[in-house]
Amino acid sequence: MSFDRRKFNQALAAAGALTALAPVGIVRAQPKTLKVGLLLPRSGIQAGIGQDCYRVVAITNGLLAELGLPALEIMNGDTESNVDVARARAERLIGEGAQLLVGAFDSGQTTAIAQVAEQRGIPLVINIAAAPPITEQGYKFVFRNFPTAPMILGDAFANQLEVFAVTGVSPKTAVFMHVNDTFGNAMQKGFTGVMKKFTMPYTVAETIAYDPAARDLSVEVAKAKATGAEALILVSRLNDAILLTRELVKQRWSPKAVLSMGPGWYEDQYLKTLGKLADGPISFVPWYDPNKKLTQQLLAANHKAYPDISLNTNHVYTFEALLVAADAFKRAGSTDPKALADAIRATNITNNVSPGPGILFNAKGQNDKLKDSAIQNRGGKLVTVAPKDAANAKPELPMTPYSQR
Amino acid sequence: MPVEIYLNVAASGLLTGLVYGLMALGLSVIFGVVRVVNFAHGEMMTLAMYLTLLLFSALKLDPLVLLVPIAAVLFVFGYLLQLGLINPFINRPEHSQFMLLVAIALILVNAQLIVFGPDAQGIRTAYSFDSYQLGPLIVDASKVYAAGAALVVAAALFAFFRFTLLGKSIRACADNYHGALVVGLNVRHLYALTFGIGAACVGAAGAMLMAVTDVTPTIGPAYTLLAFVIVITGGLGSMGGALLGGLLIGLTEALGGVLFTPSAKSMFAFGLLVLVLLFRPQGILGKKAA
Repeated sequence: MSFDRRKFNQALAAAGALTALAPVGIVRAQPKTLKVGLLLPRSGIQAGIGQDCYRVVAITNGLLAELGLPALEIMNGDTESNVDVARARAERLIGEGAQLLVGAFDSGQTTAIAQVAEQRGIPLVINIAAAPPITEQGYKFVFRNFPTAPMILGDAFANQLEVFAVTGVSPKTAVFMHVNDTFGNAMQKGFTGVMKKFTMPYTVAETIAYDPAARDLSVEVAKAKATGAEALILVSRLNDAILLTRELVKQRWSPKAVLSMGPGWYEDQYLKTLGKLADGPISFVPWYDPNKKLTQQLLAANHKAYPDISLNTNHVYTFEALLVAADAFKRAGSTDPKALADAIRATNITNNVSPGPGILFNAKGQNDKLKDSAIQNRGGKLVTVAPKDAANAKPELPMTPYSQR
Repeated sequence: MPVEIYLNVAASGLLTGLVYGLMALGLSVIFGVVRVVNFAHGEMMTLAMYLTLLLFSALKLDPLVLLVPIAAVLFVFGYLLQLGLINPFINRPEHSQFMLLVAIALILVNAQLIVFGPDAQGIRTAYSFDSYQLGPLIVDASKVYAAGAALVVAAALFAFFRFTLLGKSIRACADNYHGALVVGLNVRHLYALTFGIGAACVGAAGAMLMAVTDVTPTIGPAYTLLAFVIVITGGLGSMGGALLGGLLIGLTEALGGVLFTPSAKSMFAFGLLVLVLLFRPQGILGKKAA
C-alpha cells in the first residue's frame, strides 16, 4: 500500500483532531476519587488523639460505599502537634495534589491550616477545633462541622439543667477546676460569660486552674474539697482526669455530681484504668446520637475494626468531615476546588451521626445546628442521658460515694 | 480555709519530697564523685518507671518489692554507660559532656516513645486508693510507703559511703583524684561504680514513684529539671543536701499551691532556688568551692 502526501495529510488531521478532543474527554469524565489531605497531630504531645482520629480512616471508604458515595484517597499529613509544622504540611499536601483538606483537631494548628487553605483556594473541612475565630474571618474555603467553645458551653448548661430536672438533684455550690492551657483558659473565660445566660441552681465557690503537666493534683483537690462544694465542674484532659479521680478517692471526697465539659472523663483509658471508680461522672461534650441510623452503621464498623475501642468524639467528627468531603465531591462531579467549595456550602446531610438536624453550613462556614450531648459513665460503659431527643438512658444523680463501691 | 487543709497538704508535700529527694540523691552522688552532670537523669528514671510497669504487669509484684531488681538493673545500666560512653568524656570540656548526656536523654525518650507509645500508663496496687486518717489528717498510703522506702534506701546509701571500704574508696576519689591514683585505687572502676550507684538510686525512686503517679516518655525532662532544682537548693554534691532539698521543694510546691494558685506551684520552687542562689550559692548544705 502506497502512503502518498494526501493520505499522510489525512492521517495527520485525524491524529490532530483526536489530540484536540482528548482533554475535553478528560474534563468531562467524572474522576473516581478525591484526594483528601488529612492533617492530624499524629506525633508529639497530641499524638494519642491524632492517632485516635486517624482510626476512622480505615472504615470510612466502606461506609461511604454503603451510602453510595465515592471513595476518598487519603493523603496523610502529620502536624507533629505543632502550629508551624501544620502550616508547612498543609502547603506540602496541596503541592502534592491534595484537592481538599481535612483536620486538624487542635485550634491553633487548624487556624494555621485555614490560612493556607484560603490563600491557595483549597477547601478545608475542620473535623475538630472549637476556637470561634476560625469561622469568623470571612473565609470562603473553610468549613467547620464541630461546635465552637460558646456552643459547647451553652449546650452544657442546657443539658445540666435537663439532668438536674430529671434526677431532682440540684447542687447548690460548685468548684470549677480547669487545666491551665489554651483550651482550658478559653473554656474558663466562656464559662463565666455563658453561665450568666442560664439560671443555674449552683454558685461557683472557687475556680482552680492547674498545670496540664501536673504529676500530682493532691493540692488542687484538697483546695476544692475545703470549699465543701456539692458539685465538681471540670475542664480537663485524660491524664489529669485519672489523677483527679484518684485524689478524690484518697482524700475521701465524693461530690454529688462530677460534671465535665472537656475530654478525659469518658475516654476508654479512663474507664479501663479506674474500673468501678470511673462510674458516675457526666460529660457534656460533642458526641453522637445513638438513635440515628448512620450511627448504628458507624458503631458496627468501628466495633468490627477495633473491638476494644469505643466510638468517641474523635472518630465521629473526623468521619463526618470525610463524609462532607465525599458528599460534596459527588454533587460537584469535579475535583475543581471552587466547585467543591460551592458544593460544601450547599451541604444538607440529614443521614449523619452527630446530634442535631444534620450537617449544613451557615454563611460563615459553621454548622451552627450541631447539638452536644450529656454522657454518663455506667458500669464501664457510656450512655447518653441528654438531650432527651438523642438519649438512650436516664441520668443518675447523686453519684454513689467512692467509699461505697 | 481550715487549718487541717494546710496540714494535709504539707504532709503530702513532705512525703512526695522524700521520693524526689532520693531521685536527686543519685544526681548528687554522681556529680560529687565523677564531676559529670547527668542531664539524662529524669529520662533514666522514666526508664525505671517503665521497667516497673513491665515487671508489675508480668509478675504482679508490688513496686516496693520491685525496687530491688529495678535498682540492680539500673545499676548495671549506669555502670556500663559510664564505662563505655561517659568515661572517655571525663577530661573533655563540659560542653562535650553536656551534649553527650543530652543525646543519651533524647535517645531514651524516643526509644520509650517507640516502645511504650505516648499515652500515660500506671499501675494499680492493692493500696493505690487507700489513705490513712489520723485525726484531721488524711495521708495517702502510697506516698507513705514510697517515702518510707526512700528513707530506707537513703539510709543504706549513707551507711555504704560511711562504713564500707568501697564507700570510703569512692569518697577518696571524690576528695583527691590524684591521691586516689597514687595509693593504687582503680579510679576508672570506682567512677563506673559511682555512676551505677547513682543510677540505682534513680531506679529505686522510679519504682516507688510508679506507686504514686503515672508515666509517659515525655516526663523525663521535667524530672531532670526537678532533680537539678533540688540538688542546687540542697547543695550539689551533698547527699544530705539532696534529701533536704527534696523535702523543701515538696513542701514549698504544696504550700505555694494551696496559699496562692495551684497552677503556679512550680513557680514557688523556682523562687526558693533563686533565693538560695542569691544568699547561699553553694546550696543549703553545700561546701564553698576552694
